[in-house]
Amino acid sequence: MNDSIIRVESLHKSYVNGKNALHVLKGISLDIKKGEMVSIMGASGSGKSTLLNVLGILDNYDSGSYHLDDIHISTMDETKAARYRNKYIGFVFQSFNLISFKNAMENVALPLYYQKVNRKKRNNLALEYLDRMGLREWADHLPSELSGGQKQRIAIARALISKPKVILADEPTGALDSQTSAEVMEILKEVNRSGIAVIIVTHENEIAKNTERIIRLKDGIIESNELNHSFKLQELEAN
Amino acid sequence: MLDYIEEILTTLKQNKLRAIMTGFSVSWGIFMLIILLGSGNGLQNGMENNFKNIAQNAIQIWPGKTSESFEGYGKGRNIQFTNEDYDLLKREMRGINNISGRLYLWADVPITYGSEYANYTVTCVMPEFTNISLFDMIKGRFINDLDISDKRKVIVLSQSIIDMLFKDKEPIGEYVKVGGIYFQVVGVINDPTNKDSKDAILPITTGQMVFNGANRISNLALTTTSSSVEENKIIEEEIKAFLARRHHFSTDDKEALHVWNTLDTVKTTQGVFRGIRLFIWIVGIMTVIAGIVGVSNIMIILVKERTKEIGIRKAIGASPWSVIQLVLSESLFITAIAGFVGMLAGMGILYMASNIISNISQTNNMLDKIFYNPSADFGVAMSATIVLILAGLLAGYIPARKAAAIKPIEALHDE
Repeated sequence: MNDSIIRVESLHKSYVNGKNALHVLKGISLDIKKGEMVSIMGASGSGKSTLLNVLGILDNYDSGSYHLDDIHISTMDETKAARYRNKYIGFVFQSFNLISFKNAMENVALPLYYQKVNRKKRNNLALEYLDRMGLREWADHLPSELSGGQKQRIAIARALISKPKVILADEPTGALDSQTSAEVMEILKEVNRSGIAVIIVTHENEIAKNTERIIRLKDGIIESNELNHSFKLQELEAN
Repeated sequence: MLDYIEEILTTLKQNKLRAIMTGFSVSWGIFMLIILLGSGNGLQNGMENNFKNIAQNAIQIWPGKTSESFEGYGKGRNIQFTNEDYDLLKREMRGINNISGRLYLWADVPITYGSEYANYTVTCVMPEFTNISLFDMIKGRFINDLDISDKRKVIVLSQSIIDMLFKDKEPIGEYVKVGGIYFQVVGVINDPTNKDSKDAILPITTGQMVFNGANRISNLALTTTSSSVEENKIIEEEIKAFLARRHHFSTDDKEALHVWNTLDTVKTTQGVFRGIRLFIWIVGIMTVIAGIVGVSNIMIILVKERTKEIGIRKAIGASPWSVIQLVLSESLFITAIAGFVGMLAGMGILYMASNIISNISQTNNMLDKIFYNPSADFGVAMSATIVLILAGLLAGYIPARKAAAIKPIEALHDE
C-alpha cells in the first residue's frame, strides 16, 4: 500500500555553466502523501525553485529518483512531459501567468484545449470552476481588468480544471496584500480538502503556518521536515 | 478546426498593422510573380500571332544566285524554278504533304472594278496553297483543281481589297480587271495576322498563261508530313540536295537557295521563350523569397514577444508540436491570405491589361504581334498557390523551431 503522490529519493541537480558546475540540489528525499498540504521554505538560493521545477516536470534532474503518483519520472521528451504536466499537475504562480489577450473563461479553459476537449464543453466547465471561485460574472473580462486576488483565483481555477493530483504553487501570495493572501490561502486549503495535494513554495512564515507540513531547504539539502502542529489546531477549530 | 482558426485570429488581432505590413510583402511578391508570368504569356502569345498565317511545318524556298562555280557552271548565275521542279518534287520527294509553286506578277498590278482601282501584288498558286499559308475563308471558295486544269480566270481577294473596290456590294461572281483582263471573284479571304494585308490570288496555270509566265515559278512553298524539327530539317536538306542536282549548284552554296523553315523558326522562338519563362520564374521566386524573409523576421519577433505566453502554454500542457503548429499555421495564414490577395490583384490587372490590349489591337496591327492576351492561366495560379504554401511553411519554420525550443521555466521567470 503506497499512498505517496510525490516520492523523491536522493535527488541531485546541478547547473553546468561553462566550466563551473553549480550543485543546487544535493540529495533531496521527501515523500508527500495524497491529499497532503505541504510548504517548502528556504531563502533564495536554497534550491526551492529548482526543486519545484523538477517536481513540476519543467526541468530534469541528474541522479536519484522521482515518482509522481507511482510513475517513475525520468528524462523524457518534451511531448511526454507536457502530457504529464497537463494530466497530473496544476501550476499556480506568483505572477499569475494568465494569457493577457484571453478572457478569464478562456484562460481557465486552456488546459482542456490541450486535452482536445471541444470548445463548448471546456467553456462550460471553465464557467463552473469560475463559479466555484466566485468569479462567474467576470468570465468575459481580460486579466488586465481584474485585481491581483481575482487573477490568482482564475489561475487556481485554471490549475484545477484538468483535475490534477498535485497543485504546485510558487509563492502564490507573493504579489498580494495580506487580506487577499489570506483569501487565496483559504481557497488553496479548500482545494486541499477536496483531496488534491498542495505544495506551496514560500518564504513567508504566515503562509507556511497554514500548511500541514513544513519542509525547510538550505543550500540544497533538507534542513527540517516537520509537521505543523498549529495547522492541526486550525483544522480542529474549523471543524 | 474552428478553435484553431480562432487561436490564430486572436493573436493576429493583437497587432493588426504588423500583420498587414507583413502580409503586404508576400502580396507584393506574388503580385509581381503573376504579373511577370502573365507578361511572359503575353509576349509568347504575341510571338505566336506572327505564325498564325503559316502552317507550323511549312518550308518556303526562294531561288537565289549561285555564289560558287560548280560542275563547269560559273558563279553569279540566277536560279529559276519551273513547273518541272514542282512536278518532280511532288512526284519524287518523300515527306512532302502539300506543295505549291508561287508566281508573283510584277510588283504592282492594277485591279479595277467599275471606277475603283488600286495596285496590288498578285500571287498565282496551286489549290494546296491554302494548307500551307493559313487564312480565313470569309466567302466563296479558294482556287480549286478545275481552275488549274481549265486555266480559269478566277480570283480570290482579301477582305480589305473587297472593302476598297466593292464597298458594300456582294463581290462573289463579279468581274474585276487585273492588268486589263477580266477575272471572276470566287472567294474572299482574310489573313489572321493582318487584317490589312492585300492579297490577290489567281490559279498558277492561268497566271502563267495570261501574264507570260511561261512555266516559271517564283518560289516553292510546301508542308512536310512531319512535326519534329529534326525530320523537317532532313526533308529540307533532301529537297535542297535535289534542287542542287537539278540546277547544278553546290549543296554548300548558301546563296543559291533561301529557305525559311517555319518549324525551325517556331521552335527556336519557343526555346527563347522557355528561357524567358525560366528567367521570369527565377525573378518571381526571388521576389517571393524577399517576402518570406519579411514574414519570417516578423514571426521571430512575434515569438520573442510571446515567449512568456508560450511558456505558460507549455507549462499547462502544450506539446512542442502544438507550439510549432501555432506558429506555423499563423505564418501560413498570413502568407495564404496575403498571397491570395496579391494573386487576385495580379490576375485583375492582367485581365484589364488584356482587355485594353485587345481594344488597342483592333486599330493597331503591330501590337498584337508583340504583346497579346497577357493572362495567367490555371496552371500559373496553381503554381503560385504551391509557391505560397511552401513560402508560408518556410517563413514559419525557423520561428516555429525557436518557439518550440522555449523552456517554460525560463519563460515563466522572464518577468
